[in-house]
Amino acid sequence: MEDPAPYIIDPLVIAGRSFASRLMIGTGKFPSAAALRQCIDASGAEIITVALRRVDLNNPDEQGILSAIDPDRKLILPNTSGARTADEAVRLAKLARAAGLPPWVKLELTPEPRHLLPDPIETLRAAEMLVKEGFVVLPYIQADPILAKRLEEAGTATVMPLGAPIGSNRGLKTRDLVRIIIEQATVPVVVDAGLGAPSHAAEAMELGADAVLVNTALADATDHAEMGRAFALATEAGRRAYRAGLGPQRYSAEASSPLTGFLGA
Amino acid sequence: MTDFAHTLNAWPAERIADGLAAARPADVEAALSAQERGPRELLALLSPAARAYLEPMAAEAQRLTRWHFGRTISLYAPLYISNLCAADCVYCGFAARSMNREKRVTLNPAQIEMECAALAAHGFESVLLLTGEAPKTVTVGYIAQAVSLARRHFASVSAEIYAIDEAEYRQLVAEGLEGVTLYMETYHRPTYAEVHLLGGKADYDYRLGAMERAGAAGARKLNIGALLGLFEPRADAFWTALHGRHLQRVCWRSALGISFPRLLHTPERFDVRYKVTDADLVQIMLAMRLFLPESGFNLSTREAPALRDRLIPLGVTHMSAGSSTQPGGYATYRRGEADERTNFREVLEQFAIDDQRPVNEVVAAIRRAGYDPVWKDYDHAFDRA
Repeated sequence: MEDPAPYIIDPLVIAGRSFASRLMIGTGKFPSAAALRQCIDASGAEIITVALRRVDLNNPDEQGILSAIDPDRKLILPNTSGARTADEAVRLAKLARAAGLPPWVKLELTPEPRHLLPDPIETLRAAEMLVKEGFVVLPYIQADPILAKRLEEAGTATVMPLGAPIGSNRGLKTRDLVRIIIEQATVPVVVDAGLGAPSHAAEAMELGADAVLVNTALADATDHAEMGRAFALATEAGRRAYRAGLGPQRYSAEASSPLTGFLGA
Repeated sequence: MTDFAHTLNAWPAERIADGLAAARPADVEAALSAQERGPRELLALLSPAARAYLEPMAAEAQRLTRWHFGRTISLYAPLYISNLCAADCVYCGFAARSMNREKRVTLNPAQIEMECAALAAHGFESVLLLTGEAPKTVTVGYIAQAVSLARRHFASVSAEIYAIDEAEYRQLVAEGLEGVTLYMETYHRPTYAEVHLLGGKADYDYRLGAMERAGAAGARKLNIGALLGLFEPRADAFWTALHGRHLQRVCWRSALGISFPRLLHTPERFDVRYKVTDADLVQIMLAMRLFLPESGFNLSTREAPALRDRLIPLGVTHMSAGSSTQPGGYATYRRGEADERTNFREVLEQFAIDDQRPVNEVVAAIRRAGYDPVWKDYDHAFDRA
């Protein structure tokens, strides 16, 4: 796939590739491939992540997830969800590349199936191995600023801190830590997991996140296309507000006359 | 004694019965709106008082299930590889004392291949291998070979076999086994002793500890359940739920699954003492979903089509379809138009099933309910093999 538009204003650039949309979409949990396709089309999202454990790359299901994504227009971002160790994730990523998918991988290493929280140790190990193998690595992580820096040093293309546990729709519970990650980052920061409403996506973007990834809130909507549009608009609104120079939040009234006015000009 | 045996001792049947009887509507409402639900809330939701709250319980169960699983139903098929059994469980079609020697078979590798191929042709990517309990002939080595054969046809292979040691579970996991299914049948010790008369299965404590051994051996899915109808079903549901929560803590890398097998068709020698109505079954499933929001819920073809279809949006995550409960039922000993060609012979089945719809009709019913049928949810890249 060629770079779709070299002249996008304010593009999201990951590993040298530009994207106009800052909304990424996860494909699990949708009631049908048709619902997923409507959501992707309406949202304008260009990066669509697919769980490798769900698809048979050599023998794709006609009504399966991959049937909903046009690989000429979208980047299929394979993810390693279900992997519990670095070795499993690396094997999975290599299988996907061997089957003809682009050498991009969203690292998801979640050894505990209840809350699907990422294992920082295995994630760093897998990232180091995959970067050496030439993959573009986008790791899903806890909102841990030190881990984010360590991954960056290992050569990952982004870091993807969670806002709240996957599927919880709770919003940006990790706000203070994500803020530190954004301040320090030299790679794009994608807030992944837990964003349950368009307002949550806007909040993450206002904070300075480079992109957001949403799945459950889209899959669980009654109107998948409309929710896709809503998230796209909120993501863009948040981004524009951030670029426009959003003032800091103030929790008390401003004094109407300056407290230091007596000093003169 | 395992740690969980101590937990069970703290919850004898009498204490549960008292708790169920004491629950009032206010307790049910508090349990419904609680953020975190413990044993007290579970008791309230299982109680007779909660029967008037099935609708709000169903709404909450649906919400929680969609959170964790989305609108998807994973499909699997059971594959019986042997019906030999040295145990004598009074409710079971395979029981040793039911004799039927001429109807007992253990599939050979070529027959297992045939059965796998027949199931894979329907689209299945997830299979559950089953045996009776005949460890001297249906050995762990034989089962390991079956896992290895099945793995070539399916993304995921699980096993529902007799309880074994941790090293033996490890042997199966090394061949690519993903999940272990093992029902305690009943957690009520006196009833357990009454219905399990012979064989290794008569050892309550060994069976109770089996899932912890399977988890320690690296099984990624642990499916538990009680055979509803052997004892007071609300009590067995309560104990099953506590067992599930215990396994989530101890075997934290393994995904928990719960099954709700209801005794519907039993051999003549056994009368179901505790009848479980549809409403009982629904209440049990809903209460357990509210207590265990992230666990898989399995629903087999034991239940009738109309009920199965209505249970889809109430918390079910995994369904079997087109099932046979006898070895060779898909190809080797299948009744067909040309019986000589299909090698037909009478083979003992474990129990009669009520949903006899072909796979494509079950898939259509899942889609009609607004859910996406998921065939593959595991990849061999995760195998240790």
